[in-house]
Amino acid sequence: MTDATTMNAVSGSGLRKSHSGDIVKASLKRRYAAEKRFRAYGIAAILFALSMLAILFSTIIGKAVPALTQTMIQLEITLYPQDIDPDGTRDPDVLSTANYRKLIRQAMFDLFPDVTSRRDKRQLYDMISPGAVFTIRDQVLKDPSLIGQRMTFQMPMSDDIDQLNKGAIRADLPESERRVNDKQIAWFKRLESRGIVETVFNTTFFTAGDSREPELAGIWGAAVGSFFTMMVTLLIAFPIGVLSAVYLEEFAPVNRWTQAIEVNINNLAAVPSIVFGLLGLAVFINFFGMPRSAPVVGGLVLALMTLPTIIIAARSALKSVPPSIREAAFGLGASHLQVITHHVLPLAMPGILTGTIIGMAQALGETAPLLMIGMVAFIVDIPGGPLDPSTVLPVQIFIWADSPERAFVERTSAAICVLLSFLVIMNVGAVLLRKRFERKW
Amino acid sequence: MSFPVILGVLVLLTILGFFVGRSRAMGVVGGQANQLHSRPHYYGHFIGAWCAIPGVLLFLAWVALETSVIESMVIASLPPNLANLPQAEMNLLINDIVNLSRGDVTSRAVVETDVRAAADFYAQLKSSSKTLLLAITVVLALAGMLFARARIAPDLRARNRVERVVMIIMIICSTIAVLTTIGIVLSLVFESLRFFQKVAPTDFIFGLEWSPQTALRADQVGATGLFGAIPLLAGTMLISFIAMCVAAPVGLMAAIYMSEYAPAKVRGAVKPALEVLAGIPTVVYGFFAALTVAPFFRDTGIELGLVISSESALAAGMVMGIMIIPFVSSLSDDVISAVPQSLREGAYGLGATKSETIKQVILPAALPGIVGSLLLAVSRAIGETMIVVMAAGLAANLTANPFEAVTTVTVQIVTLLVGDQEFDSAKTLAAFALGLILFCVTLVLNIIALSIVNKYREQYD
Amino acid sequence: MNDSATNETQAGTDAAGDEKVKLLSRGVKVFYGDKQALFDVDLDINENEVTALIGPSGCGKSTYLRSLNRMNDTIDICRVEGDIILDGDNIYDKAVDVVHLRARVGMVFQKPNPFPKSIYDNVAYGPRIHGIATGKEELDGIVQTALEKAGLWTEVKDRLDAPGTGLSGGQQQRLCIARAVAVSPEVILMDEPCSALDPIATAKIEELIDELRENFTIVIVTHSMQQAARVSQKTAFFHLGYLVEVDETEKMFTNPSDERTQGYITGRFG
Repeated sequence: MTDATTMNAVSGSGLRKSHSGDIVKASLKRRYAAEKRFRAYGIAAILFALSMLAILFSTIIGKAVPALTQTMIQLEITLYPQDIDPDGTRDPDVLSTANYRKLIRQAMFDLFPDVTSRRDKRQLYDMISPGAVFTIRDQVLKDPSLIGQRMTFQMPMSDDIDQLNKGAIRADLPESERRVNDKQIAWFKRLESRGIVETVFNTTFFTAGDSREPELAGIWGAAVGSFFTMMVTLLIAFPIGVLSAVYLEEFAPVNRWTQAIEVNINNLAAVPSIVFGLLGLAVFINFFGMPRSAPVVGGLVLALMTLPTIIIAARSALKSVPPSIREAAFGLGASHLQVITHHVLPLAMPGILTGTIIGMAQALGETAPLLMIGMVAFIVDIPGGPLDPSTVLPVQIFIWADSPERAFVERTSAAICVLLSFLVIMNVGAVLLRKRFERKW
Repeated sequence: MSFPVILGVLVLLTILGFFVGRSRAMGVVGGQANQLHSRPHYYGHFIGAWCAIPGVLLFLAWVALETSVIESMVIASLPPNLANLPQAEMNLLINDIVNLSRGDVTSRAVVETDVRAAADFYAQLKSSSKTLLLAITVVLALAGMLFARARIAPDLRARNRVERVVMIIMIICSTIAVLTTIGIVLSLVFESLRFFQKVAPTDFIFGLEWSPQTALRADQVGATGLFGAIPLLAGTMLISFIAMCVAAPVGLMAAIYMSEYAPAKVRGAVKPALEVLAGIPTVVYGFFAALTVAPFFRDTGIELGLVISSESALAAGMVMGIMIIPFVSSLSDDVISAVPQSLREGAYGLGATKSETIKQVILPAALPGIVGSLLLAVSRAIGETMIVVMAAGLAANLTANPFEAVTTVTVQIVTLLVGDQEFDSAKTLAAFALGLILFCVTLVLNIIALSIVNKYREQYD
Repeated sequence: MNDSATNETQAGTDAAGDEKVKLLSRGVKVFYGDKQALFDVDLDINENEVTALIGPSGCGKSTYLRSLNRMNDTIDICRVEGDIILDGDNIYDKAVDVVHLRARVGMVFQKPNPFPKSIYDNVAYGPRIHGIATGKEELDGIVQTALEKAGLWTEVKDRLDAPGTGLSGGQQQRLCIARAVAVSPEVILMDEPCSALDPIATAKIEELIDELRENFTIVIVTHSMQQAARVSQKTAFFHLGYLVEVDETEKMFTNPSDERTQGYITGRFG
C-alpha cells in the first residue's frame, strides 16, 4: 500500500471526524434494548430453574403431608381363650400363631349385624388392615393374662379406607372408578358416627420395615439399611481417599504414572453410577461371592463411587494450605511426613471433611448402582448388621413409587421428605464446617 | 464369632504392640529418650505395624476367598448324584444349602437328607472358618510383635521405617482408583465377550430391534430374543437431546446472569438454591417426572389434540434437563469467572455495554470451557438412570418423536438385571454389553471435555 | 494526519487564547466500602495535552484515572463523590450514559489485554459495537488508520487475521492503543501502559503517546518519573489519596513547590 492510498483511506473512510460521540449516541437506544433483552433472558432462566424447584418441593411436600396420619379404628374385642389358647399352655408359639383374624372378624360382624352375605362380610373385614392381627398378637404376647377379657384395641384401617377418610378417594365418583364401593362408604360413615374411627399420628411409618400393605409400611428398615451402607462407605472411602490425596498432592513425583492416576480419577468421577453397579455385580457378587442385597456390598460400591469426589476435594484442601507453613516446618527439621501429619493435614481437615460430607450425601441419594446388586429386594425385617439383606432409603422410594396402591404415593413423598431432610442436614453441616474453619491465607 | 470381632481383636493387639514397642525402646536406653534414633512413639508404631499388617492382609484374603472355598468344599462333600449337576442347577442347590444353613426357606418342596447334611456341613465350615481366622490372626500378630520387639535397638531407624510403611500404604491407596477403573473395564469387557459368543456383535451394534425375551425352555418357539442396540441408543440420544435443550440455554443464561449481572445479595441467595437442585437425588426427580410432569404433558396433549404418551421422552428429557441445569450453570459459572477481568475492562473501556461485552468478548473467550462443560453435561445425561427408569418407557421404539415413549440404555440395563436372573443367559449378559457401550461413550465424552476444559484453564492461568 | 480534526481543535484552542480545559475535577472523593481512597481532588486536564499522574503505589492515582471514565462502576463497593466535568457535562450526572462516556473517554490498561480474537477484530470491535462504520470498506479504513496511529500497521498488515494474543507484549499494548483509538475517543486514559514492557517497547509507546497528543487528550498514570518527564506537558503528584501538587511538567521536575513532591522525585520515598 502506498502512501497516497493510505492518505486516501484516512481522509475517505478512516477516522473521519475527530470524535465519534454523536454516532455512538444514535446507536444507544438499540443497544440498550438489546441489553435489556439479554438481561431478561438471564432473569427468565433463573426464574425457570427456581420455579421448577418450587414446584418440585411443593408437589412432594403437599403429597407427603397426609402420610403423617393414619386412620385407626377403636374395636372392642373379646379375647376368647378357646380361639387363642385352647389348651391353656400360654406357650408363646401357640400365642403367636393363634387365629386373631377370627376375633377381629367377629368384632366387626357384631358391629354390623345386618351384614350377612359372604361377599359383604369379606368386604366389611377388608376395611380393617391385615396388620391389625399383629396389634392384638403383640399385646397378648406381652401380657397373656389379657386372654379371656374384653378390651378395646386401636387398629389400623386398610389403605383404601384411609384414603377415603383423607379425602383422596372421592365418594362422588362413580362406584366403578374408585377402590371403595358404596357399601363400604356407608359402613365407614356408620363407624364414624359411632365415634370409633380416629385419625392418629402415623408412627408405623417411622418405625416399621417395608410391607405390601401401605398402612403397615415404614421407612425404618430402609433408614437402618442406609445407615449401615453409609458406615461401610465412610470407613472405606474416607481413609483411602485422604491417603491417596496426600500421596498424590504431597509425595507423588510428577511422571506419567501419577498423571495417569490423575486423569483416571477425574474420569472416574464422571463415570455413570450404574456402571459402578455393574462392577459390583460382576466383581463383588459373582466373583467374590459376597451376599446379595447386603449393605456391605452396597457400601463398597458406593465407596468406590465416592472415592474420586473425596480425593479431588482433599487435594484441593491440601493445595490451599500455603507453602509457607510447609517451609516453616521443614526449616525446623521436620520430616516430610511429619510436616504433613502435624501441620498440613490438620489445616486441610475442614476442607477434606466438607468434601467427604458432600460425597457421602451423594452416596446417600444414590439408587441405580444399588439396584444392580439386589438391594431392591422386598425386605420386611429391620437389618441387624451390614451383612443382613436390606434396602436403603432411595431404593425404598423407588420400590414404593412403583407400587400401584394410591396410599403409597403419599408414603413415597414422605420418604422423599425424610431423605431430603437427611441430605439437608448433611449439607448444612458441610456449610457450617466450611464457615467455622474458613481461613483466609 | 464374626468378622467385626476379629477385626476388633486385631486392633487391640496392634494397640498393645504400640505400647510394647514404646516401653521396649525406652527400656533399651534406660529411659534416656535422646539416645534413641527416633522419638519413642515411632518404635511403638514400628511394632504396631508388624502386628497389624500381616493380620490385615490375611483378613482381606480370607474375606475374599472364604465363600468360594467353602462352597467348593461343600460341593466336594456332596454325593455324586448331586455333585454332577449342571451349572445352573448347581447354583440353585448351593443357594438352597446356604439358605438352609441360615434356617431360611428354600426353593425345594422336600429337603433331601443329603442337602440337609450339606447345609449342616456348610454352617459348620462357616463357623470353624471364623475361629480358624481368629486363631491365625492372633498368632500372626503376636509373632510380628515378638519379632519386631527383638529388633528394637537405639540405632534402629524406626521413624524412617514407619514412614516408609506409611508411604507404601499411601501408594496402595492411590492405586485403588486405578484398580477400580481396571475392574470396571475388565468386568464389562469379559461379560460382553461372553455375550458376543451368544449374539453376534454386528447384530448387537447394528440391529434395529430390541426384544430381549429369551426362551424359557429350549423347545419354546419364536422367542429367541433380539438384541439390536440401535433403538436404545436412539432413545438415549433423544432424551439427552431434550434434556440439553432445556439445560443448556437455561443453565448458561443463569450462569451469565449470576456471574455478570446479579448483585451480591441475589447471587448469594440464588446460587445455593440452584445447588439444592443439584443435590436432589435422581430418584426424587424420577418420582416427580412420573407423577407430575408426565401426566401434565399427557393432559396438555389431550387439550391440544396431540397424542402424548404418558411415558413420553419429552417428560423424562425435560426433568432430566432440570436436573442438569445446576450442573451446566456451575461449570459455566467457573468458566466465565475464569475469563480475566482485564478483558472485561478492555471492552468496557471502549464503551461496550454489558451484554455486548458478554456476547462478543466473554463468551467467545470462554467458548472452549463452555463446550467442555456442555459435553460433561451430555455425558451425565446419557448415564442418568433413575429418571428414565421411572419416567421413560420399556418399549424400544425407534422414533424421533418426543411425544412417544422410548427406552434408553440405562433403563434396559436395570430391567435386565433387576430381579433374580440366571447369570449366564444372553439377557443378563446383554446388560454388560450395554454397560460397555455406556462406559465407552461417556468416557470418550469426558476425556474430550476434560482436556478442553484443562486447556482452557491453562490459557488464563 | 487528520486535517479536519486538527483544524477543529486548533481553532478551538486559538479561540480560547489559552489551553482549553477538557476534563475538570472538583472535590473528587472515592471510597472503597468504608475506606476513603481519594480526598478532594481538584484537577484540570487540558485538551491535546498529556497529563501525567505520578506518585507512590497506593496513592490513588489509578483510582482517580479510573473514575474519569467511570471504570470504577464495575466495582460494586466503589463510590465516587464530587464533580468531574467533561466539556461542561458532569460525567457522574444521572443523565450521562456510561457507554457513551466510555466511547468518548477511552482507556488503555496496565497489562496488555487483547481480546482472544484476530488483530483485525480486536481493533474493529469498538467501531462495530458503536456502529461507527457503515460498511466493510469504511471499517477496513478505520482499522488501518488506528493501527497506523498506533505504529503497528507495518508490523501486522500481513497478518491481520492472526490472533491478537500472539503478538509480543509491546505489540499487544500498541494493539490495545489502536483498539482505543479506533473508537475515536476525545480522551484516552492510560494506566501505566508500559509497566509490563521492556525498554525498547516502552520507548515506542512513549513516542506514540507524543504523536497521539495531536488528536487526543491523554491522561497517563506512570510509575516512572522519567517517563512522566519525557511524555507529559503537565504532571500531577498524588500522595496518600491527596493531590499534592500539579504543574507544568518542566517546573515540577526542576522546582516543585511542595516538599513531598521534592522528596518523591528525588527518590527519598516511593
